[in-house]
Amino acid sequence: MAVNYNAEPLLKVQGLKQYFKVSHTFTVKAVDDVDFEIYPGETYGLVGESGSGKSTIGRSVIRLYDPTAGTIRFNGMDISGKMKAADQKALRTQMQMIFQDPMASLNPRKKVEDIIGEGLDIHHMCKSSAERSERVRTILAKVGLAPEHASRYPHQFSGGQRQRVGIARALIMNPKLIIADECISALDVSIQAQVVNLMKDIQEETGTAYLFIAHDLSMVKYISDRIGVLHLGHLLETGTTEEIFAHPVHPYTRSLLSAIPAPNPAVEKQRVAEGYDYKSSGIDYAQGTYHLLEGTHYVKCTDQELAAWK
Amino acid sequence: MAEKEKILDIKDLDISFRTTAGVVHAIRGVDIDLYRGETVAIVGESGSGKSVTMKAAMGILASNATVNRGVIQFNYHHLADGSPASVDILKQDKKWIRSHINGRRIAMVFQDPMTSLDPTMPIGKQIMEGMIWHYKTPKAEAREKAISLLREVGIDDPEKRMKNYPHQLSGGMRQRVVIAIALSCDPDLLICDEPTTALDVTIQAKIIELIRRLQKERGISVIYITHDLGVVAKVADYVNVMYAGKIVEKGTINEIFYDPRHPYTWGLLSAMPDLDTADERLYTIPGSPPNLLYEKPGDAFAPRNQYALVVDDKAEPPMFQITEDHYVASWLLDPRAPKVEMPPELRARIERMKEEAKKHGSEL
Repeated sequence: MAVNYNAEPLLKVQGLKQYFKVSHTFTVKAVDDVDFEIYPGETYGLVGESGSGKSTIGRSVIRLYDPTAGTIRFNGMDISGKMKAADQKALRTQMQMIFQDPMASLNPRKKVEDIIGEGLDIHHMCKSSAERSERVRTILAKVGLAPEHASRYPHQFSGGQRQRVGIARALIMNPKLIIADECISALDVSIQAQVVNLMKDIQEETGTAYLFIAHDLSMVKYISDRIGVLHLGHLLETGTTEEIFAHPVHPYTRSLLSAIPAPNPAVEKQRVAEGYDYKSSGIDYAQGTYHLLEGTHYVKCTDQELAAWK
Repeated sequence: MAEKEKILDIKDLDISFRTTAGVVHAIRGVDIDLYRGETVAIVGESGSGKSVTMKAAMGILASNATVNRGVIQFNYHHLADGSPASVDILKQDKKWIRSHINGRRIAMVFQDPMTSLDPTMPIGKQIMEGMIWHYKTPKAEAREKAISLLREVGIDDPEKRMKNYPHQLSGGMRQRVVIAIALSCDPDLLICDEPTTALDVTIQAKIIELIRRLQKERGISVIYITHDLGVVAKVADYVNVMYAGKIVEKGTINEIFYDPRHPYTWGLLSAMPDLDTADERLYTIPGSPPNLLYEKPGDAFAPRNQYALVVDDKAEPPMFQITEDHYVASWLLDPRAPKVEMPPELRARIERMKEEAKKHGSEL
């Protein structure tokens, strides 16, 4: 899976801000000045703790929210601000989302066939019902489900199978980008691996790009080409998976990495995870600017901080 | 050190549930024992029966459950004179368990702190509640103890926090409060049911270190229920691997991680993402866990087991003993079975883990 980094980025997010006004005096800055880009066929992993704004970014990018500021360019169109009807239609087919909880995101009163085919119906992409069921069946086979599953309801499936339906629903539109928002965290360990492998196979075959949002760094490492580390709405560090895992610079990234428990009891029993507390660390995220370390590895900090961490 | 004191002894536990779809045979002969001051982990997928086993030990099974057979022997000391006592929890009525065992001798920490705390009650009151109810502690004394407990679990400014409601705290703080409540009556046994699954990795690490520290200071026994082998590696002395209501492999932590024998344990270990290699694909256990509504003869893991033998479809494997503590329920361990080695990738990974362990100065 070679990603062409000289190509035009598929998604380019610049200065994205997403604020939520809670009251006259209080505004939540869920995402504050975030830049990143995703190339065609690439997987970009967004990690951070809950409340860091990673899901908000995904939802702003697919325009479930109206961004407060910043530009989002997707596949040559500007999708921030008010969109043209044609752009909106293109966005709704070319960008798809997989949600965290497959039970909550699938309509319990619809058959799997109709859940998967809903996008086709809305965009009038099939001429006959035979063509529609043919396409649904092909997609079902692609995600490892049997054709007879088409006439069942979501409650008749196990958790892993339901998430496969969620993936099939996203895939049938032939999207260029799929936003996977914590799509494996509700699944069992052995099933997580199955779904991650499936997503990789699909990428190999169709060349779609993923924005993979998760808090489990070990799975993110498996699937991502590049990683962005978020904390309190700021993108603190971004780079290729190797760069982040081999040379983490920001103290928050280091604490995240050291918190992953390794399945090695003799080592794990002695190890103490590196702590990180924003308030006592004396770092002000808003002061930082992006510093290039090497390749695509950027850290958001001030000059003094960078010198101290190195 | 003196003779190890057995706290909990579960023998041949067998539980089924009546549901509208039929009888679900959820627990099929489970044996677990636990000694004072030790930590046992129960590992398994959802639906393997790990939570049900511990609920039985707490006497809080759902009303549609039937205990078919088994013994849950719990040993403790009377508070007044320290004389030993022993009860079979399954033979006691709910009321007795409620006033003598729950919260007082055995305390439980649940997965989601937001649902296990009362949203309408300040946390201070929730911590004091158990002490006042069980021990008739005077209110002022209970308050003192609650404050010191909050400090012990690492919450700053405890006097002020006593008046906070659960929604005013972050997820990690809430779980700390739940642990403080669990410890308020000085239990002998703490059961942690997926205590960190709902939390972030950084907070997970802190909570686990907290539980470990408290365990050492107070000398209590802990049972961990989890599906995360990384967490198990950090905390446990003994591991029980559960599958479809049975324990398929049990042993010391080193035996399970460095010398696993059951194909299911192999699968679980291999499916963990490995941070040291750049493998493109993750190993997966094919298929999904069985539906216990439809019982079939033989080994429940056989349909997902690439090493399954013919006998696996006919008869359930007994527990084969390997070392003093290491037991495996798989026909592969039978002397008549063909010799099967663990997958080479896993073998290589375990070798690498051992290397790393040596670097950290532990002899295996």
